Amino acid sequence: MTARVQASVAAPPGRDAERSADRNLPKSPTGIAGLDEITFGGLPRGRPTLVCGAAGCGKTLLAMEFLVRGVTQFDEPGVYVTFEESEEELAQNVRSLGFDVEALVQQGKLAFDYVHIDRREIEETGEYDLEGLFVRLALGIDSVGAKRVVLDTIESLFIGFSNMALLRSELRRLFRWLKDRNLTVVITGERGDGTLTRQGLEEYVSDCVILLDHRVDEQVSTRRLRVVKYRGTVHGTNEYPFLIDVDGISVLPLTSLGLDHRVSNERVSTGVAGLDTMLGGGVFRGSSVLVSGTAGSGKTTIATHFADAACRRGERCLYLAFEESRDQIARNVRSVGIELQAHIDAGRLRLEAVRPSLHGVEMHLVQIHRLVGEFKPSAIVIDPISNLGNTVDASAMLLRLIDFLKTNGITAMFVNLTTSGGALEATEVGVSSLIDTWLVLRDIEAGGERNRGLYVIKSRGMQHSNQIREFVITSRGIDLLDVYAGPEGVLTGSLRASQEAREKAAALVREQEQQRRQRELASRRAVLQAQIDALQHEASTLDHEIGVQARQYTLATDTIDQDRRAAVQRRGKESA
Amino acid sequence: MSNEDRNGRDASPEADESSASTTEQWELRLYTAGQTPKSILAFNNLKRICEEHMPGRYQIEIVDLMRNPRLAKEDQIVAIPTLVRKLPQPLRKIIGDLSDTERTLVGLQLRSRSQ
Repeated sequence: MTARVQASVAAPPGRDAERSADRNLPKSPTGIAGLDEITFGGLPRGRPTLVCGAAGCGKTLLAMEFLVRGVTQFDEPGVYVTFEESEEELAQNVRSLGFDVEALVQQGKLAFDYVHIDRREIEETGEYDLEGLFVRLALGIDSVGAKRVVLDTIESLFIGFSNMALLRSELRRLFRWLKDRNLTVVITGERGDGTLTRQGLEEYVSDCVILLDHRVDEQVSTRRLRVVKYRGTVHGTNEYPFLIDVDGISVLPLTSLGLDHRVSNERVSTGVAGLDTMLGGGVFRGSSVLVSGTAGSGKTTIATHFADAACRRGERCLYLAFEESRDQIARNVRSVGIELQAHIDAGRLRLEAVRPSLHGVEMHLVQIHRLVGEFKPSAIVIDPISNLGNTVDASAMLLRLIDFLKTNGITAMFVNLTTSGGALEATEVGVSSLIDTWLVLRDIEAGGERNRGLYVIKSRGMQHSNQIREFVITSRGIDLLDVYAGPEGVLTGSLRASQEAREKAAALVREQEQQRRQRELASRRAVLQAQIDALQHEASTLDHEIGVQARQYTLATDTIDQDRRAAVQRRGKESA
Repeated sequence: MSNEDRNGRDASPEADESSASTTEQWELRLYTAGQTPKSILAFNNLKRICEEHMPGRYQIEIVDLMRNPRLAKEDQIVAIPTLVRKLPQPLRKIIGDLSDTERTLVGLQLRSRSQ
C-alpha cells in the first residue's frame, strides 16, 4: 500500500508533458467517466488499443461504451464485431446499462457483426486466409462510415482455426489494415496465465494496453483498471477502481494525488457551539474531521449537527449513511431538535442511504465521486467509514477519497465506529494520519452509569482544548459541559452531580458553622458590653458619690470654721 | 469423435455411402474473394473431387465476396476460400484450397476420419 501511495503521490504528470503529448498523438475521447482523465484525452486515434482482463471484468462493456459514446457524444460511428455473443445477446446485455444500441443501429450509426466460428463444422484442407473477415469489416465500416471499431474478442479466432502461423500473419495484416484506414480500434483479449492475453495479442497492439481486473476480497468484489502501456504519451499508472452501473462505466481518476490543494483559513462551525470553542472557532473549510467512538456514543448526532450547520449557512451537504435509512436518521435527529427534512426539501441536504454490503469499497467511493460531481456539496458526511472495511484497500481508497475532497475544498466529516474494549485508537491508525481534526467520543463508565465524554485528539493548525468535556444530548441538541475535575479525578454524570451535591452540603455546613461562631462571638460581645455598661454605671455612681462627699466635706469645714469663729468671738468677749 | 459415433451406430457405413453416391444430389458453394491463386486452386481441386465421387450429381456455385460482401456476414464466412456443402444435409464447412484431398473427403463426409 505504501508503495502504491508513494508512487501515486510522486510526480503527477505535468501539464507541459500533457500538452506536448496531445500535439504528438491525437486521441479519441472515450466519453467514459474518468478514463479520459487517466489517459489525458482518450485512446490513441487511428490506432488499436488492447483491453484485456479475465472473464467478466467488463471488457465488453468498456468496448461497447466506447462505441456508443463515440456515436452519441463525438459523432463517430462505429462497428462492433463480436466473436462470442450474438447481436441480440449483446444488445440485451447492455440495455440494462442504459445503452439503446438498437436505436443507434436503426439510425445507421452503429453496425454489428457476429462472427461465429464453430470449429466442429469446419475442416481445414490447405492454404487459406481470413479475407472473409476483412470483407465483413469493410462492409460494416462503409455502411456507417465508422471511425471506431471494436473486435470482441478476436482471440476466438485461435479457437476456430488451427493454423497458428497463418492466424498470426493474418492478425498482423488485419491491424495494419485497420491502421491504414485510420480507425480507432478496441480489441479485447482474455487474460492469460502470466501474460496479458492468452494468445499474446499485446504483441500486435503496441500502442495502448488497458488491463481490467475484477477481484473478490472478503466476499466483496472490486473492479480495477490500469493503463499498462500507452506509447508516446503520459498516462496515469495506478490501478484505478471502476464501477459498472446504470450509467455505464465510471473510473475513479485520482491523477491529482499531489499535496498541492488550496487550503482555506476560513473556519466553519461544527454545529456544536461547545465544540467550536474547544477548537478555537470551528474547523477549517475543506479539512477533514474524523469522529470516532463506540456504538451509541453519539457520533451520528454530532455528524447531523455538522450537516445541519452547513445547511443553515446555506451550503449544500451530502450525507452518506451506511447504517440507517434516510427516514430513520431524519426521525432520530428530530428528537434532538434537528430538522433535516426541511434541508432536504430545500435541496441543501442530500441524504443517501446505502447498504455497505451491496458494493465493494471502490464502488462506494466511485459512487461518492459521482454524487459529489452531481450535487457539488461544500460539506460531506460519511457515516460510517468503518463500514467500508478495514482492509489495506479500504485505507488506500480512503486516502484517495480524502484527497479528492480536499482538492475540491469540501469539508468532510467521517464517522468511525470503533469496537468497545479494544484499543480505541489502534483501529484507526490507517486513517488518522490523513485526518486534520480527530474527535473521540468515549464512554466514561463509573458509578453504575455510562456517560459520554468528548475530546480532541488532534486538530492541525489550530489551538484546541486539551480537556475532556462531558457530552450531553438533550432535546435541543448537544451540550458540552465542563467535567468535574478535582482531587477525585474526572467525574461525569451522576457522579459529577453527586460530587457537586456533596460539595454543596459541605459548603452549607461550613457556612452554618461560620454563622454559629458569628452568633457566639456576637453574644460574647454583647455580654461584655453589658458588663461594660454595668461598670460604667457603677463608675458614674461613684462619681456622684465623690461629688456628694466633697460637698459634705466643704459644708462640714465651713461649719467648723463658723463654730471656731463663734467660739473666738465668745472668748474675746469674756477676756475683754 | 462424431464420426466414431456414427460408425458405432451404423450397421454398414459402406452401404450407406454407396446408396448416397447413387441417389443424392450435391449442392456446393465455393466462397472466394476475387480471382486469387488460392481460389482458382480450390475450384480446380473441387471440380476434380466432384468428378471423381459424384459425377453428374453435383452443382458448384461460386460466390465472390468482393461482389457480394453481404453474403459473408449472412453465411458466416471468415476464411477464404470456404467450401460449403449445402446439400446433402447437414451443412458442412471446409476451408482452404482443398489440396489435401483426404481431409476434403472427410469434410464432405465422403470418408470417415478413422479411415
